[in-house]
Amino acid sequence: MLNPLVKQVDPNMYRYDEFDAQFVSERVEQFAGQVARRLSGELTEDQFKPLRLMNGLYLQLHAYMLRIAVPYGTLSSRQMRKLAHITRTYDKDFGHFTTRTNLQLNWIKLVDVPAILRELADVEMHCIQTSGNCVRNVTADQFAGATDEEIEDPRPLAEIIRQWSSLHPEFVFLARKFKIAVGACEKDRAAMLYHDMAVQIVKNAEGRIGYKVMAGGGMGRTPYIAHVMREFVEREDILAYLEAVLRVYNQDSRRDNIHKQRIKILINTIGPEEMRKRVAREFDEIKRAGTLQLPQDELDRITAYFAPPKFETGLSDEMPEAGADFANWVSTNVSKHRAPGYAIATITLKTPGQVPGDATSAQMDTIADLMDQFSVGEVRVTHEQNLVLPHVRKKDLPAIYAKLKELDFAAPNAGLITDIIACPGLDYCDLANARSIPIAQSIAKKFENLSRQQNIGELKIKISGCINACGHHHAGHIGILGVDKKGVEFYQLVLGGSGAEDASIGEIMGPGFGEHEIADAVERVVNVYLAQRKDGERFLDTYRRLGMAPFKDAAYGKVAA
Amino acid sequence: MLTANRLRDGDVLYRKGSGWVPMLADAEVYPDQASADAALAAATAETLRNEIVAPYLFEVRDVNGKIVPVKEREIIRAAGPTVHPHTGKQAGQINA
Repeated sequence: MLNPLVKQVDPNMYRYDEFDAQFVSERVEQFAGQVARRLSGELTEDQFKPLRLMNGLYLQLHAYMLRIAVPYGTLSSRQMRKLAHITRTYDKDFGHFTTRTNLQLNWIKLVDVPAILRELADVEMHCIQTSGNCVRNVTADQFAGATDEEIEDPRPLAEIIRQWSSLHPEFVFLARKFKIAVGACEKDRAAMLYHDMAVQIVKNAEGRIGYKVMAGGGMGRTPYIAHVMREFVEREDILAYLEAVLRVYNQDSRRDNIHKQRIKILINTIGPEEMRKRVAREFDEIKRAGTLQLPQDELDRITAYFAPPKFETGLSDEMPEAGADFANWVSTNVSKHRAPGYAIATITLKTPGQVPGDATSAQMDTIADLMDQFSVGEVRVTHEQNLVLPHVRKKDLPAIYAKLKELDFAAPNAGLITDIIACPGLDYCDLANARSIPIAQSIAKKFENLSRQQNIGELKIKISGCINACGHHHAGHIGILGVDKKGVEFYQLVLGGSGAEDASIGEIMGPGFGEHEIADAVERVVNVYLAQRKDGERFLDTYRRLGMAPFKDAAYGKVAA
Repeated sequence: MLTANRLRDGDVLYRKGSGWVPMLADAEVYPDQASADAALAAATAETLRNEIVAPYLFEVRDVNGKIVPVKEREIIRAAGPTVHPHTGKQAGQINA
């Protein structure tokens, strides 16, 4: 419900045109019909399962789970309020923001899903392509349009990719799911190199803007870092090039073995050079046909939706003073904005003890109010399970911080050891082998002391409850993988991963630790870093310099740490 | 023991006799593989009635007179998320 003191603001973001609205509306009614036919028995479960998955509906450990798409992580306040309403009305009053920047609701009833989808369609949202072997929700740098580091806002391209790939007739039944991320600067906040395909907006030697395309990254059972497919693709050719990559994948991928169906396996089997050749041949054919060019006027039309807000001029660029707690929060959670007097504020949903990524309907409503009051009605969902207010005046930061404190979302820990990614794990997920969330909570509580966190500095812990790696453990500076040993949960440590521009795959340390041992093992690993780091080294830097041995010795208690 | 989900709301159910109950403590323990397999076969045939989905068997053991699943997965499924004790069957909630 809209706070009467707050005027709802419509941010600059993509709006459905007539085609989009009709498409989503028809899709909702189509699925409503499928649900009715399933309930009446006209459809069997085997027939219905792929249909519900195409609409983001899973059957999980306790009930149905609905995954709601948040394209490139951008939400308006109107949409946030609708999510709060749905969470309150149809679920148990809390939702979970995921590492794919979606929102998952864990207690959904099948009979309610048509009504929920109609409510989502009212605010231009849906659950299409949040599951199944198709191109999934496109993700993007959460600072898009706000950071001065980028060449241009990557979200128009993300929206164009979304439109191109939504129900693309060739790519509805891929061998496996296909995830795309976009960014526009050297700094990688979107784990781009761990995606099936990533597009980075770049400038060539002549200063012309185009796209660098990478492919073959991924987590899961067999992690890989993406290879560069082409250093520079011209603007008008980007869809043709992406289509060429997907077409080669669709034609040449293994469909006979579920563990070998992702594009990362294809590229690393035939080699990146051979993949580049095959893609180049396909690209040439598409170009010759001349059927898939991205016209500049269409790019301009989509870009206009994302025009930057009218930033006030003449604002002071000084950071206001509002006490030590506020200063701590600013030091970690506030980032440089492109406009003088403005800032980007990260809301970590990670106060030690909280479930990473969870928010209640009341918290969502209050954040929607903050969006309207202070951030042109807009928020971003990050793959690190946080939220970002992209355009806030520096002078408003103390008021925002005060409100976040009331919400218990004011932890000054963005990028620190308690800013932990965790998948839902065995508490919710049908695929999980072990719980993730309680491990995140116990580690966060162990390192709760702020000065200790600040002393440790940047350290990204990422926890997955199974080898599918939704918690990105391969990319954690310290990754943790939950495994099942005869019905008992154990946790393997994985060190040295990174999901940033210096991407690397973590190395497994050895045998796992018990549920009540893992936080202490992490502490011993961190103590090695603190004892052996050189000036300016992050945990990751020290690990890369020293290798696994000293950390392993300490973790298993061979040396005191 | 035998479990499934109710089709219309996804709620976790447990087999008792020829019907279903929401709580594990009220459900039937099959003493041997043959009786468990027979129960699963009956439940699988029942899925054609479109009331339950995804039936499967899981192991339990007797701990001081209380029936407890062997695997953590089934303990959590029977109770609810360990991180949200106010939800799930541990809080007396049925998802119907």
